[in-house]
Amino acid sequence: MTLNELNRKLTARITGFQTQDHDLETRLREIGFAEGDQVELMHVGLFGRNPMSVKLNGALIALRRNEASAVKIEVVQP
Amino acid sequence: MKVTKTKPRVALLGAPNCGKTSLFNALTGGRAKVANYPGVTVEYRKGELTTPEGKQAELLDLPGVYGDCGHSMDERVAISAIRGEIDGEAAPDGIIFVMDAVSINTHLHNVLQAKNYGLPIVLVLNMMDMAARDGIEIDIAVLEAALGVPVVSCVAVRSAGRAHLLDYIERWLPVLSEGKGVTPEHEADTLKDLQKKAREISSIAVVKSAHAQTHTETIDKFVLHPVLGPIILMLILFLMFQAVYSWSGPMMEGIEWVFGTVSGVVGSVLPDGWLKSLITDGIITGVGAVLVFIPQIVILFAFILLLEASGYMARAAFLVDTLMAKIGLNGRAFIPLLSSFACAIPGIMAARSIESERDRLTTILIAPLMTCSARWPVYFLVIAAFIPASKVGMFNLQGLVAFGLVVAGVVFALIAAFVLKKTLLKGGNSTLLLELPSYKAPVFRDYLRGLWDRAMIFVSRAGRIILPASIVVWFLVRYPTRENGLEGTFAGMMGKVLEPIFAPIGFTLEMVISLIPAMAAREVAVSSLATIYAVDEAAADSQLGGVLAADWSLATALAFLAWFVFAPQCLSTLAVMRKETHGWKWPIFAFAYLFILAYLAAGATYWIAKSAGL
Repeated sequence: MTLNELNRKLTARITGFQTQDHDLETRLREIGFAEGDQVELMHVGLFGRNPMSVKLNGALIALRRNEASAVKIEVVQP
Repeated sequence: MKVTKTKPRVALLGAPNCGKTSLFNALTGGRAKVANYPGVTVEYRKGELTTPEGKQAELLDLPGVYGDCGHSMDERVAISAIRGEIDGEAAPDGIIFVMDAVSINTHLHNVLQAKNYGLPIVLVLNMMDMAARDGIEIDIAVLEAALGVPVVSCVAVRSAGRAHLLDYIERWLPVLSEGKGVTPEHEADTLKDLQKKAREISSIAVVKSAHAQTHTETIDKFVLHPVLGPIILMLILFLMFQAVYSWSGPMMEGIEWVFGTVSGVVGSVLPDGWLKSLITDGIITGVGAVLVFIPQIVILFAFILLLEASGYMARAAFLVDTLMAKIGLNGRAFIPLLSSFACAIPGIMAARSIESERDRLTTILIAPLMTCSARWPVYFLVIAAFIPASKVGMFNLQGLVAFGLVVAGVVFALIAAFVLKKTLLKGGNSTLLLELPSYKAPVFRDYLRGLWDRAMIFVSRAGRIILPASIVVWFLVRYPTRENGLEGTFAGMMGKVLEPIFAPIGFTLEMVISLIPAMAAREVAVSSLATIYAVDEAAADSQLGGVLAADWSLATALAFLAWFVFAPQCLSTLAVMRKETHGWKWPIFAFAYLFILAYLAAGATYWIAKSAGL
């Protein structure tokens, strides 16, 4: 599954990236997304639960569902 | 090419919001060569640093950047500066890499990337106190060994926290002049490899204990709540505009009293004649009419700077992103647009942080619709003269009208952006990827300095633009003859030519005349009106507001306000647009579309108000 499908209060681990947009992958990596890191959904916007914010290694990152779909994850604990 | 220089140059590099600018202010005493606009650092700033033993270095403060790719204009500025690719600027001799210690795990790979510049580098872990509070322990010795760069911990906002860093810089500066860089990471390493390496380093150097919820998380439960969050944002903005009105009254009366007294003294000393008229009607009246708004400007900025320094501004970007997505922009555009409430110029420059070129252009074109501080004097003057200060529920009616004008500007900006993104600037790939920094109490000294700088920019405009404009306007409204009122003067002749254009939207000759010098700065409209009416000795009331209330109809006053929601006339804004878009095409387009909107809005307001019997 990908990060945009993450529902509230679940912690997940990043397994990789899937996007044709190489620049987007670079930006995601530079701001701190990396394989093996844990992400936790923190906040969502009012309309379409978009954008979303995730806790990533102690930092809080805001992104849109569209960007989040480039991040592959697996849920760690239900 | 090596540029000769005397002092070593050190650059501050790091992610946005990692505390670079407060460290820069702490190390240099805040004396920077480039004007510091609130909001993002869009230009780089230079300052001087003196160590305890008196060694000197030049310190560069660069825009925040995560990696070395440069996705937006301001990131490219930072990277070019480090690489020495900016014309006339030598490359720095060393890098101070500033990192918010709280997010060390997230950003450590950026340090490894920075090593690839090949310059001597020292890692400064800023905000160590906050990291400790969040249960993060960092073993500095282990980190140094694993990273291969020296590490200094620091709390930039405290002098004790800085002393340690200054001691290090003391020992470091002589090394810099030897020109020995660090050994870069393997060139073949991809970003993925660097991240892996960084995670391995932090796994041995950083101990993160399980801890209770941080303050930031607790606050964000409310501030970023899908329903409460937008309500809180609206309340903050609303409170800001109410405060601008409710708190400034006594101070403004004080300033008016000072100018009135000075004018009275000068008037009693000088003999009647042109000189007395020039000084009292021209200079004191013109400049005073604008300077009286200092309290409002200061209160407005007190809010903007507080929102910026506390970390709330990025949250506001998150909250408005959904709305921005509807018009084809992203939340990041909120920051330049909010800066434009102070002045469109820093706002237009701050648009450099937007990655997509089409989004950047759209943001630049709508920035002038945000209510800049130069428009406040016009709003304040006309609202005070025509809108009663009665209470509507718990709100001040004047504050409500001002809020309405600001909202009108925002709404038209959103519509304009929507249309632009559907037509001329179609496409572009707008994304949102934004770190939300931890909340922090602003550094009081930096905060006051920022506020002082903004007030001084306003005052110096009064000196550079409004003073000469007042003198010119005074001349134009007095000569060659004032015997038959305004018609006989130069200004009257110019106004007569333009009057037919503006008559259909209800503008009087005086208003048309005031718009001409207002090309220099929008608030000049106020000083011009003051001078136009002051020269006319028939005007009984000495306060401009009273004069206007007697001379204008309410419909005319409202039309004037509607005009200033759009107010295309501001040469400095058009000039900076030309610079940022490399040509005259977009500034001309902006002027044309704003002029048409201003004309239609003022006309519609006038005729609707007139037919309502106002």
